[in-house]
Amino acid sequence: MAQHNDANKVIGKSVIRTDAVAKVTGRAEYTEDMHRPGMLVAKYFRSTISHGRVTDIDTTAAVQHPGVEAVFTYKDVPQNVFATAGHPFSLDPHHKDIEDRLLLTGNIRCLGDEIAVVVAQDELTARQALQKIKVVCEPYPPLIRPEEIMAEGARQIHQGSPNIIGEHRYRCGEVEQGFAEADHIVEGDFTTAMVQHVHLENHIAHAYMDDMDRIVIVSSTQIPHIVRRIVSEALSFPLSKIRVIKPFIGGGFGNKQDVVVEPMVAFLTLQMSGRPVQINLSREECMLCTRNRHPFFLKVKTGVMQDGTMVARDMDVISLTGAYASHGHAIAAAGGAKQSALYPRTPARFHARTLYANIPTAGAMRAYGSPQILYALECATEDAARKIGMDSVAFRLKNIARQGDINPLSKEKIASCGLAECLEKGREFIDWDRKKREYAHHKTGPVRKGLGVACLAYASGTYPVCVEIAGARIVLNQDGMVHVMVGATEIGQGSDTVVAQMVAETLGIAYDHVRVVQAQDTDVTPFDTGAYASRQAYVVSNAVFRAASELKAKICRHAALMCGSDAADLDIVGGVVIDSKKSARVMALKDLAIDSYYHKERGGQLSAEVSYKTTSNAPVFGCTFVDIDVDIPLCKIKINRIINVHDSGVILNPVQAAGQVHGGTFMGIGAALFEEVLIDRETGYVYNNNLLDYKFPTFMDIPSLHHDFVETFEPTSGYGNKALGEPPVITPPPAIRNALLDATGVHINSLPLSPHVLFTHFTKNGLLKSRGEQHV
Amino acid sequence: MFDLQTYHKAGSVEEAIALLAANPDSRLLAGGTDILIKLRHGKSGFAELIDIHGLAELRSIRKDAEENILIGSGTTFTDIIESKLLQRSIPMLCDAAQSVGGPQIRNMATIGGNICNGVTSADSAPGLFGLNALLQIHGPDGLREVPVAEFYLGPGKVDLRRGDVLVAFKITPENYAGSFGYYYKYAMRDAMDIATIGCAVSLKTAASKVSDYRIAFGVAGPTPIRCPKTEQAVLGRELSAELFDCIAEVVIGDVNPRTSWRAAKDFRLNIIQELAKRATHKALQRALHPAGQKEGETI
Ligand SMILES: Cc1cc2nc3c(=O)[nH]c(=O)nc-3n(C[C@H](O)[C@H](O)[C@H](O)COP(=O)(O)OP(=O)(O)OC[C@H]3O[C@@H](n4cnc5c(N)ncnc54)[C@H](O)[C@@H]3O)c2cc1C
Repeated sequence: MAQHNDANKVIGKSVIRTDAVAKVTGRAEYTEDMHRPGMLVAKYFRSTISHGRVTDIDTTAAVQHPGVEAVFTYKDVPQNVFATAGHPFSLDPHHKDIEDRLLLTGNIRCLGDEIAVVVAQDELTARQALQKIKVVCEPYPPLIRPEEIMAEGARQIHQGSPNIIGEHRYRCGEVEQGFAEADHIVEGDFTTAMVQHVHLENHIAHAYMDDMDRIVIVSSTQIPHIVRRIVSEALSFPLSKIRVIKPFIGGGFGNKQDVVVEPMVAFLTLQMSGRPVQINLSREECMLCTRNRHPFFLKVKTGVMQDGTMVARDMDVISLTGAYASHGHAIAAAGGAKQSALYPRTPARFHARTLYANIPTAGAMRAYGSPQILYALECATEDAARKIGMDSVAFRLKNIARQGDINPLSKEKIASCGLAECLEKGREFIDWDRKKREYAHHKTGPVRKGLGVACLAYASGTYPVCVEIAGARIVLNQDGMVHVMVGATEIGQGSDTVVAQMVAETLGIAYDHVRVVQAQDTDVTPFDTGAYASRQAYVVSNAVFRAASELKAKICRHAALMCGSDAADLDIVGGVVIDSKKSARVMALKDLAIDSYYHKERGGQLSAEVSYKTTSNAPVFGCTFVDIDVDIPLCKIKINRIINVHDSGVILNPVQAAGQVHGGTFMGIGAALFEEVLIDRETGYVYNNNLLDYKFPTFMDIPSLHHDFVETFEPTSGYGNKALGEPPVITPPPAIRNALLDATGVHINSLPLSPHVLFTHFTKNGLLKSRGEQHV
Repeated sequence: MFDLQTYHKAGSVEEAIALLAANPDSRLLAGGTDILIKLRHGKSGFAELIDIHGLAELRSIRKDAEENILIGSGTTFTDIIESKLLQRSIPMLCDAAQSVGGPQIRNMATIGGNICNGVTSADSAPGLFGLNALLQIHGPDGLREVPVAEFYLGPGKVDLRRGDVLVAFKITPENYAGSFGYYYKYAMRDAMDIATIGCAVSLKTAASKVSDYRIAFGVAGPTPIRCPKTEQAVLGRELSAELFDCIAEVVIGDVNPRTSWRAAKDFRLNIIQELAKRATHKALQRALHPAGQKEGETI
């Protein structure tokens, strides 16, 4: 880390987003806005059962429907299976994603599975033609529940591969000894629901050929470079002849860290002689047939001493990945690692299995397994604290990670950790101590009050599991401003803005003199694997810092050439080259730039390009505090006050950071109280893949949200920053569950804590009279 | 993309009736917030539309010489929320209007469409049931008046005949004057949701007793319903804590909710009991603390 000149300070300022004006004026172009003349529309023909096999398909009438250009079935597609997860390629063959997809299938593994595709002049025609496809299926018993899926003799959902697609264990420290010595052992079974990302812009892509042998794909994706590779694998088509363009993105939350519709549009344009073909999924399709969050079944056992030390923890986890592997077991593995990051001094062992099931496919979703694991862990931690009668905050303060601890799993030293300060801030904000006393008098009657807390640890990327590569190219323009190209993928999270801030700060120019090229194009954009794992700002910071430093050195060298001074004495401050020894102005950057371009002998186009691999992974921390009312007869939880406090290192842009925290808290409240993809346990039928019946909260359902930061300085990143994108979603559910427990004494160990669930538990626990009783 | 076959814009109710007669498979389009959903889902029978949206003769809220309140079928929920007349005379209908969808929906959706759509969850229905609203329907054979409770024939089925246009809801003075009401909507979300249970109560009090009591529910049966047993049990009773226990007990005998994947019967019954109490309580509060009730204003 070089010293930054204070006059250049842009990091830490709430500059206006690079894309704010384009977005609020409606000028930002999304995939759907980029219409091409003569573009055809493709629609999937989907299964109406969740498990079975197509025995006969007749597309004759559909092909003849006026306006239909072509119909393809599972018999017409390439037979090379491919993996869809948006992971970097793995050189280790044992660490590859499971290849289990074809473009279309006759083996039905979930409701909505893709059997055929109609290509037509327009969407309505395609939909009408779909009605004319006739299909005969042999149904198999759906495998929905873990017991059924793992039962001996259960049908393999993918013939030839076991239904358990991944399993692993880890162990840190003397777990058995811990349990043997523990004063108390607390156990609990937990479940989490399948939830959906509900990004505003559904999955959409189109493809065309710009000559006769190159495919251009325009897609709403978080991972343009990975899309390029996977389409190449799926179609056995040369990677260099595929160009992926990513325009503005209307949200992804992990659902676009997967290759979903791109291989199909690429296949179709190849089949249609290069004509443009679009797939624009409906909301219903998006909710049923893209990806979801893996539902988990967890058992947690905690050994605790009377003084509040957690001395042992045992976790057993089953994760359902649904019909196709997608991100598969990586979700349970990533989530499981958070125990050792959050409570590094507690001996722990972990066992996880991931299963196929005849339910919608799960994939990456904001915080990647941690919301499930930390829900169970932070409920279990609460139960342990209550078992010994210790204050929930004090109990956590005794056990949580501290700076300098060694994470026993990664063996890495925790270089920055502000979790204790986060807990202190949250406790003060929510007025914990006073309200604890006050709310002691509100534990009876129809409306009861409670307080809850939960903590999190998370990571700033995927290293050392995956490569963490980022690229940046910066070019000095003729007028002294710069253009920046990064592989870091702006999907709405604001990464272009913080990249511009980083460049401005290091280069010594004004923020609005930096132009980050927003649309990505794999033909020209430097390589980066994309927006996921909360990695983007952390990983790109290292590449941007180096590229900007390199360009700055080149500029100073050119200035030295022009005026004969020593480049080592020169610096750039506020867009002006100065001689720092003499404290004198040398020249404006724009004068230098024009010289570098047009002087007949010296200079050139000054630019720098860096591809950098980050080989660290800074842990981040945070917590939620919540204050609730529980209306027992109406079975509803009302949030009076909620705050998320995060240690995410240096906050690059406070307003954008607040946006991430508020968005995450919102999403966390959704998972805590409202959201669940409802799947019939017998048939695998999905009831609510629409926004009426999937109860994604509205603004009327969310209280005002609060946030705070504890700013630590992380030495492994370019600007002291750590991850923030995903963590805010993690802790609202366990904090709310713990507050519900505090208010009512009722343990509910599932999600969501919807009125239906509250009703069942309140009745069972005698808080509500059961019907039977009322009639006597 | 909608599979629309024909579209006519009617310039008057008369023209709408004629167009309906001339196009036997056609349907009226008011705000379109129910119809366009069905069209999007590809349901048959919605492809030929006769647009009556925004017809001035259908869009008014007024009081006539006999003190009847007349609400045009084309009145939007936003119109209802903003109506001074309704705020003063029948705030319960403003509660119901306020509970519908979100602002964009309330700007488009009409009270006529809500009732003609025929579903049990229509938020304006319980209130109109309690008010004994009369539906003024114009058809090829002239005007008829149908009580709202008789208009509902079954789930999704209403007493509209070919060529009929619902023109207005008429609420007679004995059904609203001196009466205080409240509509309580219980749903999973506080906006953009259909009612799990909707409950409208309107009542009058005299000498610390309930002198008139009406309670109606949405989603407590296949159509919106009144609760005659409860009404009888409450009539003439003292205002007391026991009154609420009585309501919760008796109301069970009036309702018939079902178990569906959306909610279990037991859960719905629990909510019905609680809403009966809370809506009555709220209506009583309005009765005991009437806020600026003035008569004789129209929007
Ligand atoms: C997002 C969303 C949220 C919603 N939320 C709610 C809610 O919270 N509560 C609720 O109750 N409803 C809700 N609805 C449903 C809908 O908005 C209401 O039922 C609305 O009142 C329908 O009115 P409309 O004018 O849009 O009807 P339209 O869709 O135009 O018509 C509905 C039906 O009534 C018929 N019709 C309309 N006017 C007449 C007339 N004058 N004479 C004869 N027939 C007529 C039509 O032919 C059609 O069959 C919601 C809908 C959406 C899309």
